[in-house]
Amino acid sequence: MYQQIVDQITARVMAGDWLPGQALPSIRELAADSGVSVITVKRAYEELERAGLIATRQGKGSVVAEQPEQARALLVDALTQSLAAAVAHATRLGLTRPALHARLEQVLDASETPATHHEGPKS
Amino acid sequence: MMAAFAVSGLCKRYPHFALQEVTLSLTEGEVMGLVGVNGAGKTTLLRLLTGIAAADAGSVEVLGHRLPQAQVTAKREIGFASEDMRLYRSQSLDWHIAMMRRIYPGWDDAYAASLVHRFDLRPQQTLGGYSHGQRVKALLLLCLARRPRLLLLDEPTTGLDPVARAEVLEALADVLRDERRSVLFSSHNSHDVEQLADRIAFLHGGRLIAHADKERFLDDWRRLLCLGSVPPALSSWPELAQVRHAGSQVEVKVRRWSEDLPARLSAAGLSVQRVDPMSLEDIFVTSVRAGGVA
Repeated sequence: MYQQIVDQITARVMAGDWLPGQALPSIRELAADSGVSVITVKRAYEELERAGLIATRQGKGSVVAEQPEQARALLVDALTQSLAAAVAHATRLGLTRPALHARLEQVLDASETPATHHEGPKS
Repeated sequence: MMAAFAVSGLCKRYPHFALQEVTLSLTEGEVMGLVGVNGAGKTTLLRLLTGIAAADAGSVEVLGHRLPQAQVTAKREIGFASEDMRLYRSQSLDWHIAMMRRIYPGWDDAYAASLVHRFDLRPQQTLGGYSHGQRVKALLLLCLARRPRLLLLDEPTTGLDPVARAEVLEALADVLRDERRSVLFSSHNSHDVEQLADRIAFLHGGRLIAHADKERFLDDWRRLLCLGSVPPALSSWPELAQVRHAGSQVEVKVRRWSEDLPARLSAAGLSVQRVDPMSLEDIFVTSVRAGGVA
């Protein structure tokens, strides 16, 4: 359940709704606003702090961390996990390396994301 | 910090049911969800906390007041709402509000007005014409607008349609803004508990079988999907609550998850394919089927 709150805050920081240094709502405020328990929001803030996306100052509440690259680092982590999961599926299907590469190319072609234009495949 | 309530060694015997040795407390400012099947003892525990029923053994303290001795003082700060409470069907909500205002000095008219609006109730209509959901909301409004420091709610969302349920849950979430107010609510809808509660207390057959911080409680449980055949020794692993197999696929529900479990299962002949968190609902049903051990 706290993962939903983590995702929401990460999305807002990455979208620039909440800027580095900006104060986050207090735990109680966010809990009441989103209709979830205080402990859930507390847990989400702890995770976000561990990930370096927010910083908590004693008695002053939490702010969005000054290093925006943390948000990027989280995305990179998510990508690594998805790729590992894809490799696990491919292994179970008995796909060869070239076959998996071909499948990835197909997905890239189908999705037409900017990634297909800017960056070549790096490992 | 003060305890919203603390009970110790609490026992209450009825002809066909007994609440046995319940020891439980709630820190001020927290929300506790009481889960359990019908007849688990949820209502009995709530009634003991309100002072409506007296314990056979054990102690009850509410907001620092010992029951039954300091009952009168304690009751001023407790708001109790339960399904079997009756309102006057021939009178309007406004009439009930006026009565509550006379009884309770802490009555908050502005809060009552905002709840009338939020719950979409017609204050001049006699309550005989209200639907079940409207009566439940009216009762909750009369309880909330007193601003009691401890809210005891027996099944506040049972029988409500999804819209009314969302309205009630939002009103309860709003209570959390004030860190001196605490809530204990029972529900057999574990989604409500999963959403709102900071702590979970799990009653089964009159006994408290688990109570914990909700996130930690959810963290302890996992559902694993494995491939292989079930080794016979598996039934004696205490951390496993349930093992079921269909063909070569084996589903294992774990009550005490640890990171080394997949490796140990693998050594026993089961290869773990997936590890997923479980909903409170699933945990609840699994525990009850496993004979009430959480």
